[in-house]
Amino acid sequence: MTGTTLTPAVGAPLSRIEGREKVTGEARYAYEQPIEGVAYAVAVTSTVATGEITRIDASRALALRGVLAVISHENAPRLAEVGDGELMLFQSPKVAYRGQIVAGVVAESLQTAQEAAAAVALDYDAAPHDVELRPGHPRFYKPEKVNPSFPTDVAHGDLDAGLAAADVVVDATYTTQPIHNNPMEPHASLALWEDGGLTLYDAIQGTWRAHNDIAELFELDPERVRVISHHVGGGFGSKGTPRPQAVLAAIAARIVERPVKIALTRRQLFSMVGYRTPTIQRMRLGAARDGRLRAIGHDAFEQTSTIREFAEQTTIATRHMYAAPDRLTTHRLVALDVPTPSWMRAPGECPGMFALESAMDELAVACEIDPIELRIANEPAEDPEKGIPFSSRSLVACLREGAERFGWTGRDPTPGARRDGRWLVGTGVAASTYPTYRSPSQATARIDADGGFTVQIAAADIGTGARTALTQIAADALGVDAERVRMEIGDSRFGQAALAGGSMGTASWGSAVVKACKALLDQGEGEVIADTAKEVKALSKLSRHAFGAQFVEVRVDTASGEVRLPRVLGVFGVGRVINPKTARSQFIGGMTMGISMALHEESVMDREFGDYLNHDLAQYHVPVSADIQEIDAAWVEEHDDELNPMGSKGIGEIGIVGTAAAVANAVFHATGTRVRDLPIRLDRLVS
Amino acid sequence: MKAFAYERAADAAGAAAAGAHGATYLAGGTNLVDLMKLGVETPDRLVDVAGLPHDAIEELSGGGLRIGAAVSNADLALHPVVRERYPVLSQALLAGASGQLRNLATVGGNLLQRTRCSYFQDVTKPCNKRRPGSGCPAREGEHHNLAILGQSEHCVATHPSDMAVALTALGATVHVHGKGAVPMPGLHRLPGEHPERDTNLAPGDLITAIELPSPDAAAVRSAYRKVRERASYSFAIVSVAAAVSLRDGVIDECRIALGGVAHVPWRATEAEAALKGAAASEQSFTAAAGAELAHAQPLRDNAYKVPLTRNVLVSLLSELCA
Amino acid sequence: MAEIALRINGEEHRLEIDVRTTLLDLLRENLGLTGAKKGCDHGQCGACTVLLDGRRANACLALAVAHDGAEIVTVEGLAAGDDLHPLQAAFVEHDAFQCGYCTPGQLCSAAGMLAEAEAEGVTLDAAEIRERMSGNLCRCGAYPNIVAAIADVAS
Repeated sequence: MTGTTLTPAVGAPLSRIEGREKVTGEARYAYEQPIEGVAYAVAVTSTVATGEITRIDASRALALRGVLAVISHENAPRLAEVGDGELMLFQSPKVAYRGQIVAGVVAESLQTAQEAAAAVALDYDAAPHDVELRPGHPRFYKPEKVNPSFPTDVAHGDLDAGLAAADVVVDATYTTQPIHNNPMEPHASLALWEDGGLTLYDAIQGTWRAHNDIAELFELDPERVRVISHHVGGGFGSKGTPRPQAVLAAIAARIVERPVKIALTRRQLFSMVGYRTPTIQRMRLGAARDGRLRAIGHDAFEQTSTIREFAEQTTIATRHMYAAPDRLTTHRLVALDVPTPSWMRAPGECPGMFALESAMDELAVACEIDPIELRIANEPAEDPEKGIPFSSRSLVACLREGAERFGWTGRDPTPGARRDGRWLVGTGVAASTYPTYRSPSQATARIDADGGFTVQIAAADIGTGARTALTQIAADALGVDAERVRMEIGDSRFGQAALAGGSMGTASWGSAVVKACKALLDQGEGEVIADTAKEVKALSKLSRHAFGAQFVEVRVDTASGEVRLPRVLGVFGVGRVINPKTARSQFIGGMTMGISMALHEESVMDREFGDYLNHDLAQYHVPVSADIQEIDAAWVEEHDDELNPMGSKGIGEIGIVGTAAAVANAVFHATGTRVRDLPIRLDRLVS
Repeated sequence: MKAFAYERAADAAGAAAAGAHGATYLAGGTNLVDLMKLGVETPDRLVDVAGLPHDAIEELSGGGLRIGAAVSNADLALHPVVRERYPVLSQALLAGASGQLRNLATVGGNLLQRTRCSYFQDVTKPCNKRRPGSGCPAREGEHHNLAILGQSEHCVATHPSDMAVALTALGATVHVHGKGAVPMPGLHRLPGEHPERDTNLAPGDLITAIELPSPDAAAVRSAYRKVRERASYSFAIVSVAAAVSLRDGVIDECRIALGGVAHVPWRATEAEAALKGAAASEQSFTAAAGAELAHAQPLRDNAYKVPLTRNVLVSLLSELCA
Repeated sequence: MAEIALRINGEEHRLEIDVRTTLLDLLRENLGLTGAKKGCDHGQCGACTVLLDGRRANACLALAVAHDGAEIVTVEGLAAGDDLHPLQAAFVEHDAFQCGYCTPGQLCSAAGMLAEAEAEGVTLDAAEIRERMSGNLCRCGAYPNIVAAIADVAS
């Protein structure tokens, strides 16, 4: 079975396995399943930010021909309390934020369902709302832990003493904006009840977790719930766990006794499916004149909702980035009358590293040291938080490799000194990091009658290339060509598996796939189910992280303040790269989202009415093709045996971490204006 | 979307008669269908005017150009005469929307697009333009990208069209069935006490064509500059259309219109007056911009548009006169 | 309700539709042609782009009843049997998509855009492709690969 001339699949630039399906339009996403007799659901959302529904008048909606049901707290089934208030649809007349689902309409056609949804009349007893994260908010509190289970505050030494003893101090406050994930595929679900069991086609990043959550909510044996997600049109964290539309579809399908599907509108994606919390971050860095850090302080202030606590881990990257004897990192939260923030690509690291890496740039300026050399001077020998070794750490290599490729050497640090016609030109750098996690997963491998192999795992390919990478991993474990492997994913029937999140998908699933395939080879026939729970538990105590660096060139129009990015480069140390083609896409995609955070995206809170008011893709700007010019990603050689059988680190999130700081640092270099509040809108640069 | 009756207009007279009885005209639909989905527009009756024979671009004997109202934005932008003799118009069209929207959208529809103010587009919130008398939350709320010139206490919306800004700088005339020729500016109106009225058209008035005057030296030397929050496919924060001709380093003819700053495509008459006969220098450009913007009444969060407009106007004039 | 006739991917269809039906909903819900995607339903993302009478257009803003008699090509109609359209093949080769949800719109838009550029006699460099493809959002950030794939076919 192991051919001697076989080229390993891992490391090869294989094109996506499902590429043909996706370019021909055959790939079907959750909403697109061809299910007979499906009815259409549309969500009705609250128009007050807080208060109670006092009356629901569904008569006009029900009078429309083709309307099957109007569902609200007055007639919906009771759900089990699951601790996620966002999922407790129709359980009370209370409203926790503007845009929360308060009713659902089911009809024979989409047009009728939409018309009926607009015809449902609701009255509210509205209460005053508080929707604004602001410095010094009287209701800030210290959460017990931050997402998912990090300590809220961590102190080493004495920050104040360290700052007092420092030659140079940077003390600055940075703010980051609320950002909505906005995957291209709106959150969608299709629910089908059969013999008391539920099948849910769902736009979800993890079918296993979802099937458990849904079973709990509907008080079903998990065996009776099946969640399927063959193709998912992006998620970036917002499809990590079931969202309200899945609950609405399931309730509606039960009530009308027919399959029901729903896709949220783009506007509805701005309320009920999570977003990146805005942050206020105070950074204090104290250093000797030579740039060596003496003290690092990072205090983060964030928001959550009143129905679920989400405490983003904004300062955790600061805990292991640079060495310094005196350090303090803290998180404070305020529960506002807003939708619950949630995971958005690199929650914590992404906004946190904007502050840290901007402050490092300010420190480099203050100490008159090259920003790359400043980072190298503060490279820690071991994880500064835990005092344990890194399994591998290539930050310095990435900085040096990037400097070489980008042409950093000889950079004049003077701000505002380079002009090309009406443009000011500058360059910036920032470091990047993301933890390397792994979580228990199960995989099944079997030999097929045709001599091929089928491998099943409840992985999700949300655009990461997981299906392709896992095929390559399985092929090498089996010692066969990739064409002989059939990789089946996206079905909770395949057993426990990690989410496509936390950049841990490929590491977690790949480990299980390798184990199942190897066991199958040993067994020589039939089918093997493997589980990695034991290995994951037995991992040695090491600090496991990926590192990288982004380099950016900006041009700023002196008349308009418009910023353009002619060149962007990221260099990463991520262990073994499974598929260079899809990996490059992931890095570039992450950096593109970082550029977007730096320059474009911003959900604007409407203080008077309490919702995010620019709730569509014309007012909420994500970059278009014209915004992304030359952009590339590279990686340094990094060998790490302490990770997983593949020796790989996750790559889905590291691209976004640091990028916004690199842009802001470049804007400072170009213009002399330090923008500490994202996004860097042109009005902040126009004079 | 609310139910409606759909019919195709047989001719302009029939369409106008239906319009006078409350029907809404449908052409490319890129703005109307959007607003119908949002519940902002709730017509009972749609009259499709896209099929009327207003789809030609004709060169007039006097040297002007007559553009049918149903001509697509894409076709107008690429018409060789437009590109050569009215470059500001071609540039403005290409700076608007996307390739696929320009294929659907018509010239008449482009002129009549509604504001993109967030409050106007959300039927769950007050808006004097959508529901007269309900209030304007934008004044105290979010108005980062709203008007700095000519607004009223009832409305601070801006007109979203790029094309209309270029047409204003070119001194175009709009032909309206049953009403005759309406010069631009003059089609659109400031909000005053009736922000629900975007234009001076009455129900039943149907735009059939736009006429461009014979291209003078200024039209031929014209350009459009649009500032927005991303590099493409986004509405203007500020835009400038300028047509200038020079004689011995002195500005001879000069027409300027501003977009993104007012309820109408804003003809910058004060700047024009200051420039005519002035030396083509950065100093005169700055003085002219200052004269125009002296009347600006920015709101709490859009004062940046004043220096932005000035800078962009100066920058564009400098390039045109270089 | 209204009765209309459309030619879609070379096939004649006679349909009885609710006049409120957009071309996009007609394709996806009435005909099961789910290649064209609904990303925003308001002409702000381009995922629904199809070729309408040979030109790229946002199917979400086109009322089907207003396009009676039209010829439509969707992503399902780009390939010639089993042979992928050169753009489709280039997209796979250049990894010009990740999640794939914007892809059908990107492909139809690119097909329309190539025809437009040819008609105008424009040579497509990267900057020109970027500007002309800016009506198709890609949240995964596959833009440089999309541009490379299109440039490959254009040359």
